[in-house]
Amino acid sequence: MITIHGLKKAFNSNEVLKGIELEITAGKITAILGPNGSGKTTLIKSILGMVIPDEGDILIRQKNIKNQWNYRNEISYLPQIARFPENLRVTELISMIKDLRAESTDESHLIEIFGLEEYLEKKLRNLSGGTRQKVNVVLAFMYDSPLIIMDEPTAGLDPVALLHLKALIISEQAKGKTLLFTTHIMGLVEELADEIIFLLEGKIYFKGELEEMKSKYDPASLEKSIAMILEKEDYA
Amino acid sequence: MLKILKYSFFDLIRSRWSLIYFLFYFISSISLLYLVGDLSKAMISMMNIIIILSPLIGTLFGIMYYYNSREFIELLLAQPVRRTAIFAGQYFGLSISLSLSFLLGAGIPFVIYGLFRSAEIWNFGVLLISGVFLTFIFTGFSFMIAVRNENRIKGFGIAILVWLFLAVIYDGLFLLSLIIFQDYPIEKLALVLTVFNPIDLSRILVILKMDISALLGYTGAVFNKFFGTQAGMLLSLFMLTIWTVFPALGFLYFARKKDF
Repeated sequence: MITIHGLKKAFNSNEVLKGIELEITAGKITAILGPNGSGKTTLIKSILGMVIPDEGDILIRQKNIKNQWNYRNEISYLPQIARFPENLRVTELISMIKDLRAESTDESHLIEIFGLEEYLEKKLRNLSGGTRQKVNVVLAFMYDSPLIIMDEPTAGLDPVALLHLKALIISEQAKGKTLLFTTHIMGLVEELADEIIFLLEGKIYFKGELEEMKSKYDPASLEKSIAMILEKEDYA
Repeated sequence: MLKILKYSFFDLIRSRWSLIYFLFYFISSISLLYLVGDLSKAMISMMNIIIILSPLIGTLFGIMYYYNSREFIELLLAQPVRRTAIFAGQYFGLSISLSLSFLLGAGIPFVIYGLFRSAEIWNFGVLLISGVFLTFIFTGFSFMIAVRNENRIKGFGIAILVWLFLAVIYDGLFLLSLIIFQDYPIEKLALVLTVFNPIDLSRILVILKMDISALLGYTGAVFNKFFGTQAGMLLSLFMLTIWTVFPALGFLYFARKKDF
């Protein structure tokens, strides 16, 4: 689905990605892990074309995305922070995004799941952070895109919404979609991810299945495995 | 681009600030008209307000709007839309909505007062046009500054400095250089200096059109002498257009290369 060759990115003198080689398999849920500042978000944003790489190529379905924008028709993105134009109503925002992507959508059941009916006519500035994040989830999942990318998808969600989001992720995978997410919550990774990419200081430290990582480092739990890697690298 | 424009325009036109901006112009223009009681005199006072205030509001709103819509821009960037379309849409959305507040606020009182029955209608038209130019120019400048500066305080500071420089300091330096070099033929220098300041340009444009030689000032007089009224107006219009295009293109250029 996604192939990355020699991806490098530096912000001024700060090298964030130092030559990433990566292949993300279609139809799987992949989790990108790593300590703060390891380059997770930069990697995701490079795939989306929001960050422009210094070197290297990103191919989505064998097509190089450099200077392209059409490929984003195949991607849904759930960003980390949910902030929108303040004076728009929720319905207006949804119809605006629909307007931009000429695809068929099905947002009504998502609105129902997340209990957003009562907020539809409210202006976005009057919504709480969690409610905005729910709107964000609706925007990301209302399309039938083959690739869904999420940056810290659980931030700000209440436990009920979190359960719905997990169910949603699983059902999307069942439809044969590829999902990619970053998180710091290991429970979520153990519950959902098929594959793990562990980034450390801009390089891929480990890539493989969840079980593989656990057996390699600490079979007891993922959290401990990661702690072990970080301690071994003298990174804390 | 039109879709982005449409939404940012509607977002802005409903914001409180557009209304306040509209009311400000509305109230100033009504009070001037009824205090002065003369259409052309009120127009000259309005001109003095417009050439200072429109750039300031363009600058402030531009910088605030850009920084405020950062996350929204990120959301749009993840959509299948061309980058330049997003940024051009935001730029036109803000410039057009500010221009509309200005046009309606400054225009309606004059229309009520009987603008259409007077001979001043074209003069007033030129005044409005230069106000719109200034709004576009300074929105472009502030967007360009904002896209180049992650640090909001710094971006804000630079934008205000640009406004202050062009609206106030430039004239002072200009005058100073005229005094220092008064023994030399400096008409050409003065002309060049005027062309490099959009605020001066629009002032000259309006005064040339109104044909008030007493208000022309030194540069205006030089302008008039050099080009005559007609050509002088055309030249200043042309230069204002260049002034509009240059910051807007600069903004788009930097926005295309920026990481979000």
